[in-house]
Amino acid sequence: MSAPDARIGVYVCHCGTNIAGTVDVPAVRDFAAGLPGVVVARDYKYMCADPGQDLIKKDIKELGVNRVIVASCSPRMHEPTFRRCLQLAGLNAYYFEMANIREQVAWCTADKAAATKKAQALVRGAVARVPYHEPLEERTSPVCPVTLIVGGGVAGIEAALKIASSGNKVWLVEREPSIGGNMARFDKTFPTLDCAACILTPKMADVGRHPNITLLTYSEVLEVSGFIGNFEVTIKKRARSVRHGVCTGCGVCYSKCPTKVPSEFDVGLGERTAIYVPFPQAVPNVPVIDREVCRQFTKGKCGICQKVCPAGAVDYEQQDEIIKEKFGVIIIATGFEVFDPSLAPQYGYGRYPDVYTALQFERMTNASGPTTGRVVCRNGQEPKAVAILHCIGSRDKNYYPYCSRVCCMASVKAAHLAKEKSGGAEIYEFYIDMRTFGKQYEEFYNRVQEEGVHFIRGKGAEVIEKDGRLVVHAEDTLLGLYREVPVDMVVLNTALIPHADAGRVAQIFNIQRSQDGFYLEAHIKLDPMKTATEGVYLAGACQSPKDIPDSVAQGAGAAAEALQRIVAGEVVISPVTCAIDADRCAGCRMCIPLCPYTAITFNAEKGVSECNEALCKGCGTCVASCASGAARLKHFDQRQLLAQIEGVAAS
Amino acid sequence: MRYAFYPGCTLHGTSKEYYESTRQVFRALGVELEEIRDWNCCGATALAAASDLGSLVVPLRNLAIAEETKLELAVACNCCFMTLRRSLEAFRGDPARRAQMESALAAVGRHFAGKVEVRHILDILVNDVGLPEVERLAGDALKNYKSVPYYGCQISRPKNPYFGTELPDQLDDLLRAVGLDVPQFDRKTKCCGAALMTSHEGAALDLVAEILDEAHRRGADFITVTCPMCQLNVEAYQGKVNARHGTRHRIPVLYFTQVLGLAFDIAPLRLGLGRHMVSPKGLLVRRQKEAVQ
Repeated sequence: MSAPDARIGVYVCHCGTNIAGTVDVPAVRDFAAGLPGVVVARDYKYMCADPGQDLIKKDIKELGVNRVIVASCSPRMHEPTFRRCLQLAGLNAYYFEMANIREQVAWCTADKAAATKKAQALVRGAVARVPYHEPLEERTSPVCPVTLIVGGGVAGIEAALKIASSGNKVWLVEREPSIGGNMARFDKTFPTLDCAACILTPKMADVGRHPNITLLTYSEVLEVSGFIGNFEVTIKKRARSVRHGVCTGCGVCYSKCPTKVPSEFDVGLGERTAIYVPFPQAVPNVPVIDREVCRQFTKGKCGICQKVCPAGAVDYEQQDEIIKEKFGVIIIATGFEVFDPSLAPQYGYGRYPDVYTALQFERMTNASGPTTGRVVCRNGQEPKAVAILHCIGSRDKNYYPYCSRVCCMASVKAAHLAKEKSGGAEIYEFYIDMRTFGKQYEEFYNRVQEEGVHFIRGKGAEVIEKDGRLVVHAEDTLLGLYREVPVDMVVLNTALIPHADAGRVAQIFNIQRSQDGFYLEAHIKLDPMKTATEGVYLAGACQSPKDIPDSVAQGAGAAAEALQRIVAGEVVISPVTCAIDADRCAGCRMCIPLCPYTAITFNAEKGVSECNEALCKGCGTCVASCASGAARLKHFDQRQLLAQIEGVAAS
Repeated sequence: MRYAFYPGCTLHGTSKEYYESTRQVFRALGVELEEIRDWNCCGATALAAASDLGSLVVPLRNLAIAEETKLELAVACNCCFMTLRRSLEAFRGDPARRAQMESALAAVGRHFAGKVEVRHILDILVNDVGLPEVERLAGDALKNYKSVPYYGCQISRPKNPYFGTELPDQLDDLLRAVGLDVPQFDRKTKCCGAALMTSHEGAALDLVAEILDEAHRRGADFITVTCPMCQLNVEAYQGKVNARHGTRHRIPVLYFTQVLGLAFDIAPLRLGLGRHMVSPKGLLVRRQKEAVQ
C-alpha cells in the first residue's frame, strides 16, 4: 500500500490529567485533523480502556481507517495493547504508530504552550511516517522448559519449589556452599517469633531432594547469551574438594581440621575450620574446603581430612567445572548485603568490641550460634543495658538515602530477644520513625513496648566509651533533650545494600539497576518481578530491601512469571528484523563479523550475504555498516525514519 | 617547596610557641613559608553572629592578598583554616554571595578570582612533604613516649577532602612517623568548649575533663594538638577541671610542630617549650636522661 492510499486515524489520549493537565488535547486533535491523509482525529480520556479501543475498532470498520496513531504514553507501556486492538479489527498490527506525549512531553515540562507545540510536532511526525508502514507478521519460537534461578535464599527457594512442584525442571545456582541465604542465620522471625530454622530448613531439604531441581551450590553464572526461551548459560561449579554423592555428611573431617578462621556465616563472631559446612542444617550437607586457608593447599601438607574421611570423599585434585546449559527463563534472586558500619566511625564498630551489627546479633541469639543463643558481652558477662540503633547507613544522605524497610521490625524483635536472652537487661531503641507497616507488625511493636523496652525517638548520633561503658548520644526529639545513655552492648541496624558486584551481575544478565543500585523492575508497582529484558525476572531483596513475607511473595510471583512462559510453550518474536536486498548486496561481507547475533551468513552460490531472521534481533548494526544500502531494518527503514523526522521538524 | 603563610592573630600572640616551632620545623624540612603582607584577623567564629557577610569578607581579604603570591596558602590555626575555607567555599559555590563579597572587597581596593588553595600545615606535612621525609629527619628521641592526637573540631569543618569529620588519622600517622606510641583516642575530634570557657565555664570544663580523662586512661605522656584554641583550653584549665572533678591531671599539651621539633633535635627553647602553663620540663628532663643512658 503506498502513501496516497493511507487513511489515517489519530487518537489523542488525556490519560486523566497526566497529559491533559499540561497538553491542550483538543488543540492537538484539531491540529491532527488538518494533516494530510488524516480521515479522523479524536480525543478520549483513557485510550487504553475498552471504550477508547472501541473508538479505533469502529473507525477501522466504518471509516475504512487503515493506519492508526495513538498519541499517549510510552510505547513500552501500551504499544502491545493497541497493536492487539488493530489485529482484533482485522488490520495488521504494524500499521500502528505511537506518539509519546506523556513521558516525553507532559511529564517533562510545566509550560503548556511548549508542551502542546511539541505534542503536535510528534503527532505530525507519526502522521508522516505511518503511510510507509508495511504489514509484518510476528513469529514464534519454542521455549526451553527449564528455569534457571540464581540465588538460593528464601526467595529463590520459594520460586524453585513452586516451579518444580508444577512438574517443570529448575536449576538453582548458589554462590555459597549451602542454600538458605540470610534467613538461615536468624533465630526468631518477626512478627510471630517462630524459629527461622523450623520454617526454612524443611523447604531447604525439599529443594535438596526434589527430582525436578538441579542444585548447584558453590557455583556462579559466568555468561548468558541468547534470548527468552533460548538462553545459553555458562556456569562455573567451583571445586568443592569433597565428592558429592560419596560424602555421607558424617562431619568427621571438620571435627579434625586443625585450621580455624572467622566464620562468614557467623559474621566473624564464631570460627569455622578450613573444611566446613557453613551451618549444621546446610543443604547440601557436603563440606567444602576453603583452599585459601587450608594447609594442604597453602603449605602442601596436612591431609588430615582425607585420612579421617571414612567414605574417601575428600578429593584435593578436584577441578572447577564449567557447565553450559540451555534455559527458557531466568529468575534472579541474589539478595542483599549489609552496610559496613566501620565506614561510619562515630558508632565505634571495630573499635569497641561490644558494638555489633544486627546480623551479628542474629547469630548471637541463635541457639546454634557462637554463644549458643546467650546474649553476652565479649567478657562473657550478660549486659545490664543494650542499645539498638536504627537507620545506620539508611535514610542518611552520607551513605544510603533510602529506608531499608526491615530494620524497624528487626530492631523490635532484637529488643524482645535481647531482653529475654540476657536475663532482663534494660533495652533502649533509638529510632527516627517507627515503620511497622506489615500484617501483625504494629501489634508486635505494641507488645514489645509493653514488655518495658525504652523507645527513644532520636537517631543515635554516636557511641563513645566512658567510665568503662558505652555511651550512646542522641537527641530525644520527643523530650527536646540531648541524652547520653550508658549501656554495655550496642546493636547497629545497618542498611540493606546491593551486593558489591551487583553491577557485574547486571551486565551478565543484561538487566538495569535503579539509582539505589538494586536491580530495576519493569514497573515499580505493576511489574515488580519483570525486568526490561524479556524472560529475566527478579525475586526478593535484589530488587529492593525486603522482609521474609515479601521475599517469599515475590519468589512465588517470579515463579508464576516463569511458568507463564513455560506453559505457553512459545514466545512471540518481533518481526522487526533486518532484511538484505539480494539485488543490491555487493557481497562485501562487512556486516558478517559485525553482527552480534551471528545471524548473517554468506551465500557463496549467489555471492550475497543473507540474514537468518530467527537469530536476528533487529539491532541495526548491519544496516549502519552496509555501504550499498542493501541491509534494511524492517519497521525502521530509511523512508519511514526520514518521513518521521521531516514531519517532526516541519513548521 | 614554597607556600604563602597566614599566621593569624594567635600565632603572633597567645600561641607564639606554635609560630616558633612551625618556623623551625619547616626550615629543617627545607620548606619555605612566606608570610603574606598586611594580613588581617580572620574574624574567628565570633563575627558570623554579628554579620554573616562580614564574616565571609574579612577572611576574603587575606585570600585576595595570598592569591597575588600565586602560591598555595598555608595555615596553622584551625579556626583560621575554617573561616578562610568557609569564605572560599561561599565565594566559589554561591554566585549571589560571590557578587556581594566582590563588591565589599572592591570597597577596600582589592580583587579576588577564587584561585587560591587553603592548606593546613598538617596536611602539607603529611601529603606534600610526606612521612618518609619526616621519618628521615626524626631521631629516636621520642621512641619511649606515648601521646594522644587531639585534632579538635574545626580542622574538618566545613567538610573538606583533607580531614574526615569523625576519626581523621593524619596526625596519628605523623606522630607514629617520629617514633611515638599513639594509642586509640576516641575524643580526638570532640569540642574543647572553645569560647564557652568565658561564658559557660562549667560546661566547657566538663568537655575538657572528658578529653583529659581519656588521655590519662590511655596512658599518654602528653597531648598533641593542632589548634591554638584547643591548646589553651586543654592546658590552661587543668587546675579548674581538677577542682571541679576531683582529678589530678597535669599533662603537657604540645603542638605537633613542637613534637616534630623535638624529634628533629631542635633546641627546646627555640620551639617555644618555655612558654607553657603546664611545663613540659619533666618530659624534657626524662628525655635527656634517657639520651645520656
